[in-house]
Amino acid sequence: MSDSTPAPTALAPSPAAAPAVDAPVAHEQPTVFDVQGLSVHYGAFRAVRDVDLQIRRNEITAFIGPSGCGKSTVLRCFNRMNDLIEGARVEGQVRYHGVDLYDPAVQPVEVRRRIGMVFQKPNPFPKSIYDNVAYGPRITGQKGNLDEVVERSLRAAALWDEVKDRLKRSALSLSGGQQQRLCIARAIATDPEVLLMDEPCSALDPIATARIEDLMQEIKQRYTIIIVTHNMQQAARVSDRTAFFTTEVNPSSDTRTGVLVEYDLTDRVFSNPSDERTENYVTGRFG
Amino acid sequence: MTTLTPITIAERPDLTIRARGSRLDAAFRGLALAAGLVVLAVLALIAYSTVDAALPALRAAGLEFVTSDRWAPNAPDGPHLGSLAFVYGTAVVSSIALVLAVPVSVGIALFATEIAPRRLRRWITTAVDLLAAIPSVVYGLWGIAVLAPNITGVYGWMHRTFGDLPVVGALFGPASSGRSFMTAGIVLAIMIVPIITSITREVLVTVPRGEKEAALALGATRWEMIRGAVLPHSFGGMVGATMLGLGRAMGETIAVALVIGSRPQIVANLFATGDAMPAVIVNQFGESSGTFRSALIALGVFLLVLTIVVNVLGRVIVNRVQVRFRGAA
Amino acid sequence: MALVDPPVREPLDLTRARLSTRRRLADRAATAVISLAFVVALVPLVAVVGYVVTRGSGIMSWEFLTSDIPRQYRVDGGGMYPAIVGTLLTTGLAALMAIPLGVLGAIYLNELGRQNRTARAIRFLADVMTGVPSIVMGLFVYTIWVLRFERQSAFAGALALACLMLPIVIRSTEEMLRLVPDELRQGSLALGSHRWRTITSVVLPTALSGIISGAMLAIARAAGETAPLVFTVGLVYSPSWSLSDSSTALSAQIFRNASQPFAGAQDRAFGAALTLIVLVFAFTALSRFVASRLAIKS
Repeated sequence: MSDSTPAPTALAPSPAAAPAVDAPVAHEQPTVFDVQGLSVHYGAFRAVRDVDLQIRRNEITAFIGPSGCGKSTVLRCFNRMNDLIEGARVEGQVRYHGVDLYDPAVQPVEVRRRIGMVFQKPNPFPKSIYDNVAYGPRITGQKGNLDEVVERSLRAAALWDEVKDRLKRSALSLSGGQQQRLCIARAIATDPEVLLMDEPCSALDPIATARIEDLMQEIKQRYTIIIVTHNMQQAARVSDRTAFFTTEVNPSSDTRTGVLVEYDLTDRVFSNPSDERTENYVTGRFG
Repeated sequence: MTTLTPITIAERPDLTIRARGSRLDAAFRGLALAAGLVVLAVLALIAYSTVDAALPALRAAGLEFVTSDRWAPNAPDGPHLGSLAFVYGTAVVSSIALVLAVPVSVGIALFATEIAPRRLRRWITTAVDLLAAIPSVVYGLWGIAVLAPNITGVYGWMHRTFGDLPVVGALFGPASSGRSFMTAGIVLAIMIVPIITSITREVLVTVPRGEKEAALALGATRWEMIRGAVLPHSFGGMVGATMLGLGRAMGETIAVALVIGSRPQIVANLFATGDAMPAVIVNQFGESSGTFRSALIALGVFLLVLTIVVNVLGRVIVNRVQVRFRGAA
Repeated sequence: MALVDPPVREPLDLTRARLSTRRRLADRAATAVISLAFVVALVPLVAVVGYVVTRGSGIMSWEFLTSDIPRQYRVDGGGMYPAIVGTLLTTGLAALMAIPLGVLGAIYLNELGRQNRTARAIRFLADVMTGVPSIVMGLFVYTIWVLRFERQSAFAGALALACLMLPIVIRSTEEMLRLVPDELRQGSLALGSHRWRTITSVVLPTALSGIISGAMLAIARAAGETAPLVFTVGLVYSPSWSLSDSSTALSAQIFRNASQPFAGAQDRAFGAALTLIVLVFAFTALSRFVASRLAIKS
């Protein structure tokens, strides 16, 4: 269960564990999030318990696992979006650069301005493409040239060339894949440090999915990305580190609670996992 | 593709600063809440002010207000304020309206949901909406100018045909002018068809498709399917719809005031002239004063209580049925 | 293929055939009766509108729309201009009061209070308020305003109409807000926007066409109301644009003239009825147009 969490990566990189060539993350990146003992309850139901992990800067971290294991729940803890659910209660600590996000003095609005989110189903506002991307900067009162910000964000999301001549058209006129890239552009327009992505490709076709996966690799130079995905292959392709969650039955109440099983470099999780449950999952032996 | 550089964050970001606009958030919430509370305030004021204005009459009349049918506010031997004739009138007129409107409304709703081809449905909705949009005063005008004068013939025929039957014959007495309980009931029926129809339609739509298809698959004709699968499911909702229609009928003032004849009396004859609670208020308010006026307001309070009870009951029934079946479906 | 002899059913076959006809006839009869219901409903619609249009156009003219109301019922001719002015004034003012208040209240109910106790109480009371008979609204405004200020006025009439419109606007607006997908709210909040900004920048614009449509229906309803105005608005024979003076309205005029035996009064009543119907139908049609054409396609 927890023998493979932060320990290997907290030490200096061991030369013996030589990962694949394009992995600059083998050496120490500073920690952005430090999660300790995180449990989330919805009313009386405990959705996930005792999560410990650290997210490192400029890495793509994937959360994988069967449905109902709490991956999205944990993701939404990073930007206080669980607050929106009636009866949601969080225990433990989620530290962002040392600040506990659930400290009573912390303003959720401030948190969300620094930590962006992309949702499972593309949700562009029924406004123009321009106004969608400009929405965030306008809120934060960004005084600079909005046109520049919009262009920069759309370029970073690999959407600029397709929409530069129709910025004033409705965002709803775009295809599903384009809409999702628009949502990504919208999220990065405020220059957040972190981007949370909750199954961003599950509503898209394979071509659109591939484009977004390429996009993620490009923008991770600047942003830290956490992605929840039920597609293992996607996690293997895209992420630097992977966290595998599963559910355990609670003997007393006959409900299932999510737990973090293993968290390690992606290569290790997929080719040489420490836990049997991880191995079963990634080899497809269990659903 | 621009080359992207990593973002650097200062050591401990200050997440406790109130972001711009958070005070606005609280103010906005307060404003919206205040707007909602206006409803509360107005209802409370309505209750308080009307009851307060009605008290003088209630004190003068005492229990007679609800037990006597003698209404003579300006009698030389002191005001007689018995409201029974008006309550009777309201009850009779509303009952006639329901008897006429409910079958028609259920029929329209069934027609729209089960029988009519898809393209016709929009026109049905339009027709019903137009019926609802016609102001009640226009119905009253038509009632008094067209319906009342021309229907006396029909009343006369019904009196001759059914007037001698035992028990029910008393309902079909002689008709004097066209202004009567019946005429008011007919006009009211037309006016409440839209509300009963639209709620019944909502209820019919929640019948689970599976049940209807199961009935048809077993070889039922469409009518048998409606009778066996649709109507039982919708019965509760239709009761609720009827009650809401009743509430509307009881409170309808202007059309009734114009065609009921304004003669308070408790008689069985449906073709006789009568009076109803809201009608007498609007007809006599102008010339009233003092205790008389207070008595009219007391009638208004009485009417308010009755209609609220009926409406709340109706809505509770409809909601209960909807929840039950939306949850199951 | 069945290798077992089918059970003997000769006698039942005949019965079934007979049942078949009976059932078929019952089905046809029921269908006919139900379809008849629709026709029965159309008859009054055509009768009322048809008669009003025919009789009203007899007197309809530019002079009718711009002339004053004669002081005596038995006089022929004259017009309904003051009533048109009064209807526009009272309904317009009522809309200005009730619509913003109603939209804000609905925002509280659907976006802020949601299912908390206050919101549920307000929702329930708004439903109760839709059931208050319009004449009671008139009595209410009469007692708290007309008696207090000792005069009938256009403003008092508008107040009574506004009380009538408020719960209708709240209900229809709340329904429109409920239709806005929650993902849009989440998207806006995830970008770091406060609730008020999410509501004004995302939710309201998305629901706007439905809200406007509902408001227009409420306006159409208010324009046709008579009972709230009878005790509150007074009577004038020439147009009055002042809010604090007496006024009149198309609905009130129809009511007054309807029971008069004189041909002149009846004619004017029908002319006013035609004007009112045109106004109300126009708003109803406009409301449907706004709802369907200007709705945001998702």
